[in-house]
Amino acid sequence: MDILVLLKQVPDTESMISIADDGVSIKGDGLKYVINPYDELAVEQALKIREAQGGTVTIVSVGSAKTEQAIRTGLAMGADKAVLIDATGMMIDGLGTAKIMAAAIKELPCDLIFAGHRAVDDDNYLVGPATAEFMGIPNISMAIKAEVQDGAIVCQCTVEGGTKDVKAMLPALVTTQRGLNEPRYTSLPGIMKAKRKPMDVKTVADLGLDAAELKPLVTIKSMSQPPERKGGRMIEGDSVQAKVAELVRVLHEEAKVI
Amino acid sequence: MSQPILVIAEQVEGVLRKVSFEALSAARELAGTMGCETYALVLGNEMEAAAAELGKYGAEKIIVAQDSALADYTTDAYCNVINDIAAQVNPGIIVLGATAQGKDLAARLSARLKAALATDCLTLRAENEQVLTSRSMYGGKIVADVALNGTPVIAAIRPNTFPVKEAQAAGKIEKPNVKTGDIKTGLLGKHLETGKVDLTEADVVVSGGRGMGGSDYSVIENLANVLGGAVGASRSAVDEGWRSPSDQVGQTGKTVSPALYIACGISGAIQHLAGMSSSKIIVAINKDPEAPIFNKADYGIEGDLFEVLPVFTEAVKKMKG
Repeated sequence: MDILVLLKQVPDTESMISIADDGVSIKGDGLKYVINPYDELAVEQALKIREAQGGTVTIVSVGSAKTEQAIRTGLAMGADKAVLIDATGMMIDGLGTAKIMAAAIKELPCDLIFAGHRAVDDDNYLVGPATAEFMGIPNISMAIKAEVQDGAIVCQCTVEGGTKDVKAMLPALVTTQRGLNEPRYTSLPGIMKAKRKPMDVKTVADLGLDAAELKPLVTIKSMSQPPERKGGRMIEGDSVQAKVAELVRVLHEEAKVI
Repeated sequence: MSQPILVIAEQVEGVLRKVSFEALSAARELAGTMGCETYALVLGNEMEAAAAELGKYGAEKIIVAQDSALADYTTDAYCNVINDIAAQVNPGIIVLGATAQGKDLAARLSARLKAALATDCLTLRAENEQVLTSRSMYGGKIVADVALNGTPVIAAIRPNTFPVKEAQAAGKIEKPNVKTGDIKTGLLGKHLETGKVDLTEADVVVSGGRGMGGSDYSVIENLANVLGGAVGASRSAVDEGWRSPSDQVGQTGKTVSPALYIACGISGAIQHLAGMSSSKIIVAINKDPEAPIFNKADYGIEGDLFEVLPVFTEAVKKMKG
């Protein structure tokens, strides 16, 4: 089984994010970049299925030269090879990324694709299902279980208030949700081996796409930081009862939320 | 703009989700500024009663796509039917709720219709016929003002963010013939807790973190119950396996904006704060007076959550009783 993983490099979620001077992007300097946490689940699930069934795991990423670091981490986890589409300096929105992904995948053997259900930087929830649509294959969103059974992928997915079991015929694209697995740590031998694993670097032009069809439909006009919350008031009292009585009073009478 | 706004309502077991009325109200407001009509679309089986309900929120036309294959959501069938209806209606803007189903559908439709998509919209407006929305990025650390270009455009609104407003309108019901088309995905089963308030739609969220010390969340659940709220958890509590990942609030979980957020035994890591900072009122209960969460909370109680919460629960019961 040939499995692909769509991977994005994002700032670590513990990072403080600040806005760059252009007002429409973030300051990248000094940020620690990692594999998007949901894509890490995607790598792990692909490896699990390969371990059970045999086959290959290939990472596909749209990024720039620095993206190699996240890709190498995925290779160190155990993926076999990678394709990086270097789009340095291009303004691309989520739909554009999906077009690039679909074009890159066309050149690869592919039975099954895993991707994070969203990237924790732009929070678009778009690239996975949109890539599947451009490829004309089915997709399943937010899986917490994913098993290959008789030419199909069977998933348990989170929805509001519960879960659903969904099946799609292969080839298919599945997006991952927390709970699917525990991504493995990279080992030193894994990291050493990863350095020698093949990574194809391509440009958008190599894939036969021209800039006009990647022109973004979504443009960021400005960015702001949500108003900083300030600490309010510590509720004092001689006993737990007294503190709680005062808290309930202020929530009811002042804040009017209960 | 003469093209209508099309609102895709979401139903679960034949009952419309609250976010559908929020989406319709938001669309109606936008239509008012743009001078266009608002249509509502609902997909399902035997949806007449639900359709009539949509009439109360100002839809000029209510399109009911009925088929037994539409009773439950599947990406393929819903996308195929909406694609056909969009071709007839020619909407300038499509609005829907950013639920699990809504996000999946919006993404797939965006690619099919070559339509700009913004997910988790917090505002919706138009300037010179261009649709603008603000949406959160980086798990809530950034709010971006975003322009959606081309036609149609798709806005998936964050639940619990837009007010529901009733409005008079024609509410003419149409039942087009539907073709569910080629379906490659199928629903095998569902496990839904009915009556449970969802985290993202709850007015009150009570969350427990590392300070819970284990998977017994009964003190949290009891308080959430008397407040009619939902239970949340921090990433460390989920990492410990105490709660399901679907309860996680934060940058790698859910973003919530309830009227009241009660953080219990949660220190206040950046990635957690990102997911709950837009709550109206935040209460923190923590043993550690130095916990960073107190710097973000409107009200704080320094104390053992296992002592505070049962007293809190009783006090609320008494007040409501």
